[in-house]
Amino acid sequence: MESNEVVLKVENIGKDFFGNVVLKSVSFEVKKGEVIGLVGENGAGKSTLMNILFGLPVINETGGFSGNFFLNGEKAHFSSSFDALDAGIGMVHQEFVLLPGFTATENILLNRESVKDNFAVNIFGDRLKHLDREDMKKRAVNAINKLDVNLDPEMIVAEMPVGHRQFTEIAREIDRSSTKLLILDEPTAVLTESEAEIMIKAAKKLAEEGMSIIFISHRLHEVLDLCDRVLVLRDGNLVFESESENTNPREIAESMVGRSISDFEHTERKKELQKDLLEVKDLWVAMPGEVVKGVNFTVKKGEIFGIGGLAGQGKLGIANGIMGLFPSRGKVLFKGEEIPLNNTKNILDLGFSFVSEDRRGVGLLLDEPIDWNITFTAMQAHERFIVKYLGGLLKFRNDKEIRKEALKYIDMLQIKCTSEKQFARALSGGNQQKVCLAKAFALNPEILFVSEPTRGIDVGAKELVLNALKKYNEESGITIIITSSELEELRSISDRIAIVNEGKIAGILPPSKPATDFGLLMIGESNINGEGEIK
Amino acid sequence: MKNSIIESIEKIGWPRIIIGLFLASMFVIAPFVGVSVGTSISDVLVRFTFNGVLVLSLLPMVKSGCGLNFGLQLGIISGLLGAVTSIEIGITGFLGFLIAIGVSIPFAILFGIIYGLLLNRVKGDEMVVATYVGFSVVSFMNMMWLLLPYKSPDMIWGYGGTGLRTTISVEKYWFHVLNDFLSFEIGGVYVPTGGFLFFALMCLIVWIFFKSKTGTAMTATGSNPVYASSSGVNVNKMRLVSVIISSIIAAIGILVYEQGFGFIQLYMAPLYMAFPAIAALLLGGASVGKATIANVIIGTFLFQGILTMTPSVINNIIKSDMSETIRIIVSNGMIVYALTRRKKARG
Repeated sequence: MESNEVVLKVENIGKDFFGNVVLKSVSFEVKKGEVIGLVGENGAGKSTLMNILFGLPVINETGGFSGNFFLNGEKAHFSSSFDALDAGIGMVHQEFVLLPGFTATENILLNRESVKDNFAVNIFGDRLKHLDREDMKKRAVNAINKLDVNLDPEMIVAEMPVGHRQFTEIAREIDRSSTKLLILDEPTAVLTESEAEIMIKAAKKLAEEGMSIIFISHRLHEVLDLCDRVLVLRDGNLVFESESENTNPREIAESMVGRSISDFEHTERKKELQKDLLEVKDLWVAMPGEVVKGVNFTVKKGEIFGIGGLAGQGKLGIANGIMGLFPSRGKVLFKGEEIPLNNTKNILDLGFSFVSEDRRGVGLLLDEPIDWNITFTAMQAHERFIVKYLGGLLKFRNDKEIRKEALKYIDMLQIKCTSEKQFARALSGGNQQKVCLAKAFALNPEILFVSEPTRGIDVGAKELVLNALKKYNEESGITIIITSSELEELRSISDRIAIVNEGKIAGILPPSKPATDFGLLMIGESNINGEGEIK
Repeated sequence: MKNSIIESIEKIGWPRIIIGLFLASMFVIAPFVGVSVGTSISDVLVRFTFNGVLVLSLLPMVKSGCGLNFGLQLGIISGLLGAVTSIEIGITGFLGFLIAIGVSIPFAILFGIIYGLLLNRVKGDEMVVATYVGFSVVSFMNMMWLLLPYKSPDMIWGYGGTGLRTTISVEKYWFHVLNDFLSFEIGGVYVPTGGFLFFALMCLIVWIFFKSKTGTAMTATGSNPVYASSSGVNVNKMRLVSVIISSIIAAIGILVYEQGFGFIQLYMAPLYMAFPAIAALLLGGASVGKATIANVIIGTFLFQGILTMTPSVINNIIKSDMSETIRIIVSNGMIVYALTRRKKARG
């Protein structure tokens, strides 16, 4: 039921966080009963845009936004999400905002319960009204029926399957009779395929009844199936807008990643890489938020192997799982021999080394000096920098050697610090990252895992870090497995790049392939008509 | 010049400077209100040797990230078991003291293992749980002191009763065996050389331990457990070892205390031993997540100094005996002060 009545009109909305521009003059319209698909890479500005529409306080706290938006022709300015709710915007979040110990009905009608009078009301006021359970159930069932799903209104949220929780959230927004615009932020990300289908059907039904929907998803086929129109955000710009019928996944993927290809150089290796070093078979890792569901790949000796993909798809889980930081199962063969999983000490002994994506949480001893940070792992795992007495019975650290090693890396990686005794906490992000690299190098590894090596550091440090990795690979023939959200970074350094989508490897491509192909893999469209090696 | 003064003040820490100045002012006031400075200094020195090892016992657990050992009573009880067993055997002098240590260590290891396993299950809430462990174990031992089959007439209730007395004198056995070793008097000040030497020895052992591979791993575990485990360190094992070491040092610490104080105090007495030790450590500049041997030495000196001087000076000013009340106010006040001053351990 699409009409010409405009529900939401966005005019030149822009937003910067302390000078860091994330949205640049975005304008679009949503008509009554229309479903808009919003796609974009992580950090493209989708969430910020939705936060502005929903009036989240974080926007006001960081200096507001520029531009205007109009709801039903009226200029809207929300100081909090309550204002947005009153104005008729409903939002279903990626993470569930439900009370786990309450039933579906109670959650759907929270703070909008049907109430009955009793004598106490006359004395103490409205707050002592009784709940009208029967009427509440009726209203809840009514909202659930609108979705056309099978959901028990009496079921406690904690006992529900994930799909049903999602439906409860949506039903809550529907019950609010004023809701005219529903924002669904990756509602299908946590659902199984069949649940997602029901979800899509429910959304279609709502649209038919006149609800306008903004649908955010990484699953392109869902977007094309459900939405009337698709908008693509890239680096804060609205770069693409089209009716769903007139476009295809390739076109959307292209506009999603579409950076110019010329801004990266990749030097081909002179020598062919021959020997297989690491073979991963059906690896599963239970890392919260980055679950890996059975990946297979082989890395050659001396190779730089890139792992890319969107956030939350599982790319970070692979390195963390192999290093034994999160429970994992599957088969990992190193030089043809199977290695035991979930045993960090053992893996380190074999010559593995890891630079974590969580620099401050995992990668550093923030309240210890730089020299400790660099040498500790090598000391514990390989017994370097140790003096032994009584035939190895007593092992003491060799502070002199530790200092020497630290100074070597401070010089080599140009770590800016007052001395090797400075605490890691006092260093800048880029220098902290260099300390993490030095720690990994000090292990003299055969194979090095590096996760998000350039996250949160400035351009100069970025280049230095990447060059250090490259140099290390060339000079000592070390095998590097680099995981990064930045495709261009991977393409500039890797020999091959695996793209992870929904916990599996969607495909492995050489960096010379066009960015679009990588983009398609990221959003789970693996039927590429190219030469790409697809698994 | 000005900057370097401020820097060194910040390095020592304002709390220590303020308390240090306060302590100094007490010594200045003392002669004017009729308190003998010589005796006071002796008191401070003697008390320092009593308590130093107990404060030192907190160090390994703080370093490994188990927090302040509010369950210090567990180690103390191991020491008490060693003490009463040594008296039951009846050997006097330094050998008797060594036997007490020898007997208490296996108990400390056993209790330490159980306590450590428990603390590994309650990560993040160690200090609250430890407090209750301390309380429970004291209550449990209240029964055991009555039931354990000790027979020495110096220890059991009078008139041939059964069960141990609340206070047992060590006068006939190993009273002052450490403190009187090489002790001397200079200008009316008694210096318990042996006590200092023993404390220094214990500090040296702990210092050397933290230079070892295991000690380094323990420090890293406390600093960032995730980092340590990603470096192949068994975090739970490190924590367990630290609890055992803490318990052993605490057992030795209470024996040092008893040989100086002259009495073994059973039943409820151990309950009140943890707080002063913790207060001293915090006062010395330690935080819940970080502590050094310097913190132990400075903290014990300042805390015992204040605890000795304040009551006697105030008593003489107001001419009535309030020493115990003032001692409680001062020591608990310092705990509160130190806990509010502590730096956030992590994040």
